[in-house]
Parts: sequence; C-alpha cells; structure tokens
Amino acid sequence: MAAISRDEVAHLARLARIEMTDSELDHLSDEMEVILGAVARVQEVAGAEVPPTSHPLDMKNVYRPDVVVPSLTNAQALSGAPAQEEERFKVPQILGEE
Amino acid sequence: MTLNYSETIEKYEPTLGLEVHVELNTKSKMFCGCATEFGASPNTQTCPVCLGLPGSLPAVNEKAIESSILIGLALNCSIAPFSRFARKNYFYPDMPKNFQTSQYDEPICVNGYLDVTIDTDEGPKVYRIEIERVHMEEDTGKSLHVGGATGRIHGAEYSLLDYNRAGIPLVEIVTKMIPGTDKYAPEVAKAYVSELRDILRSLGVSDVKMEQGSLRCDANVSLSPRGSGTLGTRSETKNVNSLRSVERAVRGEMIRQANLLEEGGRVIQETRHFQEETGLTRSGRSKETAEDYRYFPEPDLVPVAPAAEWIETLRASLPEKPSTLRKRIQESWGVPDKEMAAMVNADLLDTVVETVDLGADPTKARSWWLGEISRIANESDVTPQSLITPASVAEVIALIAAGELTDKLARQVVEGVIKGEGSPREVIEKRGLKVVSDDSALMAAIEAAIASQPDTAERIRGGNIPAAGALIGAVMKATGGQADAAKVRELLLKHLGQG
Repeated sequence: MAAISRDEVAHLARLARIEMTDSELDHLSDEMEVILGAVARVQEVAGAEVPPTSHPLDMKNVYRPDVVVPSLTNAQALSGAPAQEEERFKVPQILGEE
Repeated sequence: MTLNYSETIEKYEPTLGLEVHVELNTKSKMFCGCATEFGASPNTQTCPVCLGLPGSLPAVNEKAIESSILIGLALNCSIAPFSRFARKNYFYPDMPKNFQTSQYDEPICVNGYLDVTIDTDEGPKVYRIEIERVHMEEDTGKSLHVGGATGRIHGAEYSLLDYNRAGIPLVEIVTKMIPGTDKYAPEVAKAYVSELRDILRSLGVSDVKMEQGSLRCDANVSLSPRGSGTLGTRSETKNVNSLRSVERAVRGEMIRQANLLEEGGRVIQETRHFQEETGLTRSGRSKETAEDYRYFPEPDLVPVAPAAEWIETLRASLPEKPSTLRKRIQESWGVPDKEMAAMVNADLLDTVVETVDLGADPTKARSWWLGEISRIANESDVTPQSLITPASVAEVIALIAAGELTDKLARQVVEGVIKGEGSPREVIEKRGLKVVSDDSALMAAIEAAIASQPDTAERIRGGNIPAAGALIGAVMKATGGQADAAKVRELLLKHLGQG
C-alpha cells in the first residue's frame, strides 16, 4: 500500500496554498513515496527501547535570561519585504479566512 | 418561532469548554530578546528570530517557563517532568515563520482545577472547573485589513502586518468539558475567567488586560437535548474581549444553536466571532482539524525538564489565593455576602481595597464606587475605574470626614473630578464648594429662616422636634447646600431651647 496517496498530497498542497497541476501531483506523489519509504526503514532500525527524539543532542533546559536586546529598526525589518505600507509588511489579500 | 433563553434552557443542556490565552508580562519575547512593550510603533520590536528569517534560531525565555509553572501550580496542576515545544503549521501571514511554536501532546502543566462560586437561586454554589492543560506558545502579529467597507478580511484588498506582538510569550489554559451548569452556564463562564484573571494578577505574571488583549477567551459551547445524554457539536467563539462579553457570548451562542436545532438545522463545528455591538456571533473560518496543523516536535529547541526543587521553590512562593484574600477582606470589613458578591461582580473589589488602603472607611469607599460612580459610569457605558482614581475618592471621603464637605457637595466634587476639572481640592477651589461651617454665618441663615416661618419655630419651641426639618431645609437652601445639615440642626435646636 502506498505510504501517501495522491489525495493526501493534494490536501497538503492545499494547506500550504501551493497550486499544483495534475502531472505535478503525480510526480510528487511518487517522489514522496520514495522519501517516506526511506524514513520507514530508519524507523525499523530503531527498536522500542530507543525513545523518539526531536533534537540531535541529548540536551534539555537551555534557557536565556529575560533580558531585552536591541531590535532591528523599522527600515531594517522591512528591508527584505517585497511590499510595504505604513511601516508594515504588505501582503496580498488573504482568501476568505481569518 | 424563536426560542428565548429560558425556553432554550427548558429544552437543552449546555456543555462549555473555555480556552484562555494570557500574554505573559516578561520584558522580552518568548524566543528572542525583542522588547514586549504595548503600543510601540509598528515593526520596531522585531529581529530575525521573530520575523522568521532563514538561519535564525530561537532560545527560550527562562522567566516565561517560570511564569508558566507558577500558573500551573496556582491552578492545582501537575507540572510535567518533561515537556516539549511543537510546530503548529498553518498558512497565514500573522506568523512569518508559517508556523507557531506551541506545545502539543507534551504540555508543561496538566490536570488542574479552579473552583468558582456563583450566586444561584438556591444561594451561593461552588462549581469545580477542571483544567485539562496549560501550555506555552507565542503570540502572533497584528493584521490590518485594508480595502472593503468593514475593515474585515472579507472584501479586503490586502493586509498590513505588524510583527511587534509576534513571539510575545503566551500561555493557553484549556478546561476540560464543563457539564452541568444548566442555566448558569453564562455566569459560570464569566466567573471562571474572572477568577482566573484574579489569580494571574496575584501571581504577577501578566497585565491581564482584556481590553488590550493580554487576556483573551475563546468559548466553546454545545447543546444537547435535555436528558438525551448525548453531546452536541460545538462552536468556538473568539474575540471575546471583556468579562461581560464572556457571559453575553455564551448566552447568545446557546440561543443561536437552540434555534438552529429547533428549525431542524445542524450545528457545524466552526470558529465564530463575537460582535461587541450586537452580542451575537458571526461565522468565521471552518476549523482546520488538528491533523491539518501537522504538529511535530520543534527541532530547534530542546526539551523542558524543570527540576523538582525549582518547582517546590516556586510552589512555596505562591501568593495568597484571591478567594482566600476575599474571605479575609469580607471578614475584616464585615461585609454581607450579597454586597461582597456585588462588588466582585462589578469588578470593583480591587479598586475599593485600594481606596481603603489610602485611608478611606470601607463602607464609604464601597458606597461611593458601587453607588454614585458606578451610576455615572453606566450612563456612559464605561468602567467606574476609568472615571476617577482611588486616590481622588479617598480624598473626597477624607474631606467629608473632616467636615469640609457634605455628602451633597461631595457628589458635586466627584462630578467635577470626573469632568476633568482637576483633583478634589482643585474642584472645591474652582467651584467654591466649601462647607459653610462658620457658626455666625449659619446663625444668620437660621435666624432668617425662623423669621420667615415663625409658626414652625413656635411649634419647635413647644417640643415638636420633627418640625425642625422645614427650617433646616430652608437654611440648606439659603446656603446653597454648602452647610452641614447636622450642624444646622444642632444650632437651630439649641437656639430654640431644644438643644
């Protein structure tokens, strides 16, 4: 059975607001199938005695003190923005959601 | 046919669920050192981390962890020995990273409770609200929708984003399902948020200002036919920005769902937005499922595993519970239950306490805030606290006690302060509201009153003390209300041989 269906790939594309053609969906479904297959093999290697990890290093409780450091200026913050208005980032209309 | 609230309750039983988001008052953001000040000009409190620029890495604010543990302890939760952050992925420009760093299946605090007391038909009743979890996350940026008539997203041409708020530490407190509140559901919801706010304030972890958004409530409401034992589909109402709105939103949503069900309709699981002006909710986006958020552990952050000693140190530092504090205040002031409840419901207890701390008599402080000042506040639909400070009220009360103001003059002084004419002393000065306490001036007015009503004076001389009212009234009128009535009475009776 396929690890990921074409419908699931289409659903993910929709969640990420990426428009995809039928042939792109076919192509990507196959590619993701391969990727997931590879990950599944890693999962087989890790036995029940290996706890899942989210970080490559065995560390915990890494904190910084609650101290304010200087921020970017408004101009610096907006320097990479494709569009701006009233000192804010200007983004296209957000479709029918809030 | 339209069901009203009592008809709704006759046929349906509500189940509540409340999610409260509280912005912590740390100096810096959750994952970076940007300032968190409210009201700064747009995009001046951002950096590569909170703007989600490539290559930037988050680092957890220790104070935010401490505050979260304090909140959990105050809500009788277990503190997880191990918890992790997770990415909540969603496509919306309020988070420039395209995900919100949150916690998912491993929150920092679980399984707590909070008791709230409601005034029911059968007297005060305690409801235990079970807390499912307390988790840490970050606030989002603020969007401004431009174009279209309403300033809303529908019909907007584009949106403008300010990321100053993005990354401010946010704690979400989620209740378990709350059944059995019946017709008191709106009051229970309000009391819960109010009690929670008092606790958060006592902990000093947040500004808890609902009107500024540092405390926000989402109310989940579902209905099931009375006695059916089933659970209805819930809606989630957002945008509830005051205690009063919490109550209105729950009530309004119960009525909406009941009418929908009566007409043979179906409640759909969706996000709805509360509208302050109408007290009604309107439909928002249909909710993405948890699966759609594709949560996964945040690989850029390491787990949080607070040491038991740290937790115990924090537990030992917890302040007195607001409910205990209230009981102590009530006993020391000798306030009846009903009046205490009135003060708490009007959200005036802290204000009265502050006024008393400035030297005012508790009974007088209470009566000014709940009486005259609340009345004026109600007329213009604002909070009493926005009109006048506890210091001014305490000053007015002190001036009455010192005999420099009568109650009537004091009301004029308060009115002047509210109108922005200055401090009580300045209002007295400007309006010339000094009490006429000069005995000779009062005697002149008393003699004039006696001369104009000789018959009344004669009756008083004859022992008819109640008749003195007419003459006292005349003196008060002659002095423009600026005399102390008790003093006038004393002088008058003495003058007529009855003192």
